[in-house]
Amino acid sequence: MRDGTGSPGTVLVLGGGSDIGLAIARRFVHDGARTLVLAGRDPDRMRAAAEQLLDAGAGCVDRVAFDADDVDDHGRMLKAVVARHGDLDVVVLAFGVLGDQLSDEVDAAKAVQVHRTMVLGGVSVLTHLGQLVRRQGHGDIVVLSSVAAMRARRANYVYGSAKAGLDAFASGLSDALVGSGGHLLVVRPGFVRSAMTAGRPPAPLATEPDAVADAVVAALARRAHTVHVPRSLGLVMGGLRLLPRTLFRRLPDR
Amino acid sequence: MSTCVAPVTSPDPRSPGSRPGPVAEASAAGLSLQRLSGWGRTGFVGCRVLRVRTPDEVAHALRTADQRGVLPRGLARSYGDAAQNAGGCVLDMTGLDHLEAIDREAETIRAGAGVALGRVLAAALPSGFVLPVLPGTASVTVGGALASDVHGKNHVHEGSFATHVASFTLMLASGERRTVTRADHDVFWSTAGGMGLTGIVLDAVLQLRPVETTQVLSVRRRCEDIEALLAATATAAADHEYAVAWVDLGARGAGAGRGVVEGGDHAGVADLPADRRQRPLRQDGDHRVTVPAGWPSGVVSWPAVRALGAARWARAPRRAATRLRPLGRFLHPLDGVSDWNRLYGRPGLVQYQLAVPDGTEELVAGIVRRVAAGPAACPVAVLKRLGPQPGLLSFPLAGWTLALDFPADAPRLHHLLAELDDRVAGCGGRVYLAKDSRLRPETLIRMYPRLAEWQAVRRSLDPTGVLISDLARRTGLATAGDHRRA
Ligand SMILES: Cc1cc2nc3c(=O)[nH]c(=O)nc-3n(C[C@H](O)[C@H](O)[C@H](O)COP(=O)(O)OP(=O)(O)OC[C@H]3O[C@@H](n4cnc5c(N)ncnc54)[C@H](O)[C@@H]3O)c2cc1C
Repeated sequence: MRDGTGSPGTVLVLGGGSDIGLAIARRFVHDGARTLVLAGRDPDRMRAAAEQLLDAGAGCVDRVAFDADDVDDHGRMLKAVVARHGDLDVVVLAFGVLGDQLSDEVDAAKAVQVHRTMVLGGVSVLTHLGQLVRRQGHGDIVVLSSVAAMRARRANYVYGSAKAGLDAFASGLSDALVGSGGHLLVVRPGFVRSAMTAGRPPAPLATEPDAVADAVVAALARRAHTVHVPRSLGLVMGGLRLLPRTLFRRLPDR
Repeated sequence: MSTCVAPVTSPDPRSPGSRPGPVAEASAAGLSLQRLSGWGRTGFVGCRVLRVRTPDEVAHALRTADQRGVLPRGLARSYGDAAQNAGGCVLDMTGLDHLEAIDREAETIRAGAGVALGRVLAAALPSGFVLPVLPGTASVTVGGALASDVHGKNHVHEGSFATHVASFTLMLASGERRTVTRADHDVFWSTAGGMGLTGIVLDAVLQLRPVETTQVLSVRRRCEDIEALLAATATAAADHEYAVAWVDLGARGAGAGRGVVEGGDHAGVADLPADRRQRPLRQDGDHRVTVPAGWPSGVVSWPAVRALGAARWARAPRRAATRLRPLGRFLHPLDGVSDWNRLYGRPGLVQYQLAVPDGTEELVAGIVRRVAAGPAACPVAVLKRLGPQPGLLSFPLAGWTLALDFPADAPRLHHLLAELDDRVAGCGGRVYLAKDSRLRPETLIRMYPRLAEWQAVRRSLDPTGVLISDLARRTGLATAGDHRRA
C-alpha cells in the first residue's frame, strides 16, 4: 500500500543494477519507502547499490536473481518476492540493453537478442505484473521506454524498434488497468547520461537519472499514463513524428 | 434539530471515497468493482464491493471468501485505509439498516450495524433521549463507531461509544453468529476498537441517556497561547459535560497555539427562552452546503490557514460567553458542509490524531509549535481531554488528544509525521487507527502495548485470517489469510 503521504511500502526494481532504476529507488527511499527489492542477473553485482540504499535510509533491501530472457522463471520469481515481502506497491522495469547498432544491424542473432530481452522479456514480466496488480487491487508499474520508441531512426533502429514494441505493449496494458486500482506509467526519457551511455556523445535535451526519477514520482502522483523527460521532449518528438520521411532520414544522428 | 440529524436516513453508500470502475465479471454475483478510499481521499484501491442486506448474505460472503479476504465498511468516515480491502471483498453494511423502537424501560435502542448515528439520534430526540457518546460527525454507522470505539467531546465523563453498548451480535469469519455482552470481556473489548478484524457486527443494543431539551448551553472564550489553552481545556473538561478546543496554528510568534476553548452542557427547560419552553424537544431545520467535485488542489495553504485562523480568532469572545446551541451544531459543526474533504482537491488529506498521557503538557505544546513551524500547512487542529479506556486496541488513554489535518501533498509531510510518531510513542502515547493512513509495523507495536493480546483474541475468532483490511496489511495489525494459506 502507498500510505497517505504517498510513500510506498515495497518497491521492486527489475534491472536493479541500472543507473536509472537505482535513481528511482533512491528517490522512493528518500520519500519514505520501507523495503526495496533489487532484481537483476547477478545479485552480487547489486551489493554496492543495496548498501547505497540502506545508507539513504531504506529499512530493508533485498536482492534477487532475475533474468529478463528466462521468461519461464518470471512467474516463480514474482511469487517468491510477494511471499517474502507482501504486496508490491511499485514495480520498475529498468532492464534493457542498448546494444550496438552497427554490429546488431548486420548480425541477426544479435538483433534478435536485443528484442528478446526488451520485447519478449518485457511482455512476459508485464503480463505477470498486470495480473498481480489486478489481484492486489493496487500497485504502480513504471516502464522505462525511450523517446527512441516514438519513431525508429536510421542510427538506432534495432534498439528503437525494441523499445517501440515494449512501449506499445505497456501503453495497451496501461489502458487495460484503468479502474482496477492498479496503474501503469510509460516513461520516455531522451538521452540519459549514465553508465549505459558512457562514452557516447550526448544528444540535445540530455538528462540525468535523478531527473528521470523526479519526473517518475511526479507523474505517478498525477496518475499520468506517459511522461517524457525532459517534458519538452514530448513536444519535440511529437513534431518529429510528423516530419516527412525524406527529411527525418537526413536528420543528424544526435 | 440541527444540521446533522435529519438527512442521513439514506446515505449514499458510494460516498465519500468511491469512484466507479468498469463492472467486471464480478457483477454476476452482485459484486461491483469500485475504487475506494477513506474520508481522506488518498490511496484509492480496487475492491469488489457487495451491498449486503441480510445476515445470511454476510455469512455467504464470508464462507466464499478468496485469499484477499473480506472487510465490512460503514460510511467510510475513517480517514485512511481502515475500511478498504484492496483486491478483496468489501461488504457495504449500510443495507443492514433496521432500527427498532426505543425500549423506554431499559432506555435502550437496537440498531442494525449499518444505521447512521444521526438517524438513531433523530429517532431518539423526540422522546427525550440522546446517544451518550457521539463523534465529531453523525454520518458514521453503529458498526463503524463500535469498530473504532469512537469517543466524543465528553470522554473523560462518559467513556467511549462501546461503554454504552449493552450487547451486540457478532458474525464470526466462520459465519457463526454470537451475542456478545460485557460478560464476554475479551471478545467485547477486542471487537470494540478492533477495526472490523474480529468479526462483523450485525446489530447492537445502545444505551440512551435522557435529556430535557435538544439544546446545549455552550461557553466559549479565547486563550492567548498554547499553555493557557491547555490549562483552560483541562478546566473546561472538568467543569462541563463536553469540552473541546480549537488551536490556531496560523498565528506566529508568541501567539502560536493560541485558540478558543468551548465547554458545553445539556440545557434544561429552564435554560430555554420563554417562547421555546413549551416544546423543548423541537428540532431545528437543516442547513447544508456542498463542496463540488473537482475542487482544485493547493487551496489549503499557509496564507489561507493564517487568514481563516485570524478570522475565527477575531470572532471568538475575549471573556467567557454563554449561548444556546442546537445539540447537532454543537457536536458536529463540520456536518454543515457535505463533502468538505473535497476542499483538499485531488491529493486528499491526512489527519494525524495523537493521544498522550497526563503530565505531557509540555510535549503537546512542543508538538503544536513544531507543526506551526511548517512547512506543512495545518488548517484544522483540535484539542480534547481523554479518560482511560479498557479496549485492547482502543485509542483513548487518560490524557490529551490532538487532531491535526494536513493536505496529503504538503511538503515533507512524511518526515514531519515520522518525527511526531517518535515523540508520541516515546511518551507512551499513540495514534488513532481510525484516522491513520501511514503508521508502520514497528511504530504500531510501540504505540499499542496490548497488541499481542488483541492478536491472540483475533486468532481465536478468525483463525484463517478471512477478515483483512489495507490498514491491517500496512501496519501488520493482522495477518491476511493470503500469506498463511499460500
Ligand atoms: C468529520 C469527522 C469527524 C470525526 N470525529 C471523530 C471523533 O470526534 N471521535 C472519534 O472517535 N472519531 C471521529 N471520526 C472518525 C469516525 O468516527 C470513525 O472513523 C468511524 O469508525 C467511522 O464510522 P463509519 O461507519 O464511517 O466506518 P468506516 O469508516 O466505514 O469503517 C471504520 C472501521 O469500522 C469497521 N466496520 C464498519 N462496519 C463494521 C461492522 N458492521 N462490523 C465490524 N466492523 C465494521 C471497518 O472495517 C473499519 O475498520 C470522525 C470522522 C470524520 C470524518
